[in-house]
Amino acid sequence: MSVIAPQKSTPVSRPSADATHTVRLRTRLMRYRWLYLMLLPGLVYFAVFKYAPMYGVTLAFKDYVPFLGWNESPWVGTEHFERLFTSPDFPRILGNTLFLAFLHIVIVFPAPIVVALMLNEVRRSILKRMIQTTIYIPHFLSWTIVASLTYLLFALGDGPVTVLAENLFGSSFAFLTDPEWFRPLIIFQTLWKTTGWGTIIYLAALAGVDASLYEAARIDGANRFQQMWHITLPAIRSTIVIMLILTSSNLMDTGFEQIYLMTNSLNRDVAEVFDTYVYFTGIAQGQYSYSTAIGLFKGVVGLILVFGTNWLAKRFKQSTLF
Amino acid sequence: MAVKKTTAASRAFDVLNVGALIGLAVVTVLPFLYVLAGSFATETEIDARPFFLWPREVVTDAYDFIFSTDAFVRSLVITIGVTAVGTVIQVMLTFTMAYPLAQKRLPGRRVVINLVVFTLVFGGGMIPTFLVVQSLGLLDSYWALILPMAINPFYLIIVKNFFQELPEELLEAARIDGCSEIGTFFRIVLPLSRPIVATFSLFYAVAIWNDYMSALLYIRDTSKWTLQMFVQQVTVSTDMSNTLGRIDANFVPPEQGVRFATIVLATLPIMLFYPFLQKHFAKGILIGSVKG
Repeated sequence: MSVIAPQKSTPVSRPSADATHTVRLRTRLMRYRWLYLMLLPGLVYFAVFKYAPMYGVTLAFKDYVPFLGWNESPWVGTEHFERLFTSPDFPRILGNTLFLAFLHIVIVFPAPIVVALMLNEVRRSILKRMIQTTIYIPHFLSWTIVASLTYLLFALGDGPVTVLAENLFGSSFAFLTDPEWFRPLIIFQTLWKTTGWGTIIYLAALAGVDASLYEAARIDGANRFQQMWHITLPAIRSTIVIMLILTSSNLMDTGFEQIYLMTNSLNRDVAEVFDTYVYFTGIAQGQYSYSTAIGLFKGVVGLILVFGTNWLAKRFKQSTLF
Repeated sequence: MAVKKTTAASRAFDVLNVGALIGLAVVTVLPFLYVLAGSFATETEIDARPFFLWPREVVTDAYDFIFSTDAFVRSLVITIGVTAVGTVIQVMLTFTMAYPLAQKRLPGRRVVINLVVFTLVFGGGMIPTFLVVQSLGLLDSYWALILPMAINPFYLIIVKNFFQELPEELLEAARIDGCSEIGTFFRIVLPLSRPIVATFSLFYAVAIWNDYMSALLYIRDTSKWTLQMFVQQVTVSTDMSNTLGRIDANFVPPEQGVRFATIVLATLPIMLFYPFLQKHFAKGILIGSVKG
């Protein structure tokens, strides 16, 4: 699934017998004129909303003064980066981001694979379809809805989950404000929202497995787990690797909306990640240059991760994205 | 499946497996059923019972209150409008840009594709984008909810790949018959792409509908708040009277019930479209993965 792979084919050359080149060129350009016209609105979009902000990262090396504008604001070199790397916030935010990323890879990433394998073993297709239809629902809901449900279910004192936990364990729980519970809640939310939908890509890969392989394995006396281990898993291995590359290259993207909505003054120490830190220092406090520097640091690490994971995959002779 | 023997172990596996999956499905829907039941319950019942799936006494106080304030209906109308206009713009921009990029004979196409792909792995980030939006004078404008995400580069590449798979002879035939490039696009290519247009319309529509960050960044005027902003204000922040803008000393709004009902109302539109969404989204995810 090399969706973002560059095309390897070269433009089709059209050798002509006797038409002169100039005439051909002119007629072709006449045709292209309309194609270029169709390209134009999109190009403007990418220039304004993607490449202008990329030029805007120069702010990270300047001291942005609103009335001077982007170009006239004075250069300050790497001052903002020095401030970031020496700030006590930095190790905390880096740690929080990496910890969440680690939990994501270890818990969230394998979940849809496991559920897809389980769904694959369900023989009754009606039952299978009903389960699929149900577990896909949360994918379509916004993070605000997910956060709202969490606030209701885990509310201090009278949330259903809180009451249940307090009855089971006999102690009181402050799920929403206790820093200890921030990461479990985030991972639980992500599992709830993404696991069902995540199975689709694996189920599609599983649908292509040759049924006669199972037949042969059964005749050889393989039980269900052995069939799963030796036939099903190898069949989806390349899909797993590609999804792992995609996931690892996005490690720094902790999901702004989700984290922002679950952050409060009591759990901020463990909740703050790069995305929310950029928001609070930049938008809320107006330190545009400093927050741009933080964003740039995050972007560069992300870029390194994309090419790094892709390079690793190439070394292990797996399918790559580029 | 004729050779298959059902052993006791295999049957036990099936029971456990199906049991676990049904458990997963129940965990998925239970919060909704609880919220739905709570939205029709009295405040005293919500306080008294920690969990229930059917209220003892069915009341519509919460809904009556929400609809009696302007805030909810206004945010709903705004969100519907932004989603409708935004989706049309996004789909038009994406498809008209993808078509020329799919023409292998177009000089310069490679450069543009590389520039697009690069935006997938690197971006200016939140603050420079915010400053661009600000300098365009789009703060507190509904366009700020649409234009900064007018083209999803990922979708653009997928649509381009789809166009490349259209039979070349067909487009050639249209050209020979004297159809212009733009005519070919509108009269031949788009009608052939109707299913994928539907799929990406839904992708874009759901993204705008659910978008919270753009409103948080770009909309300061509370009278322009979108539905997601409204939901966040009512359920996550505790400042309800401020949001709903109705302060009456003699009237106490059913606060808990309002939270429940807000979630139900915000989820309802997605649920109504869910059958379409599921079908088209699943297709879309697989369109993206057929290549290679």
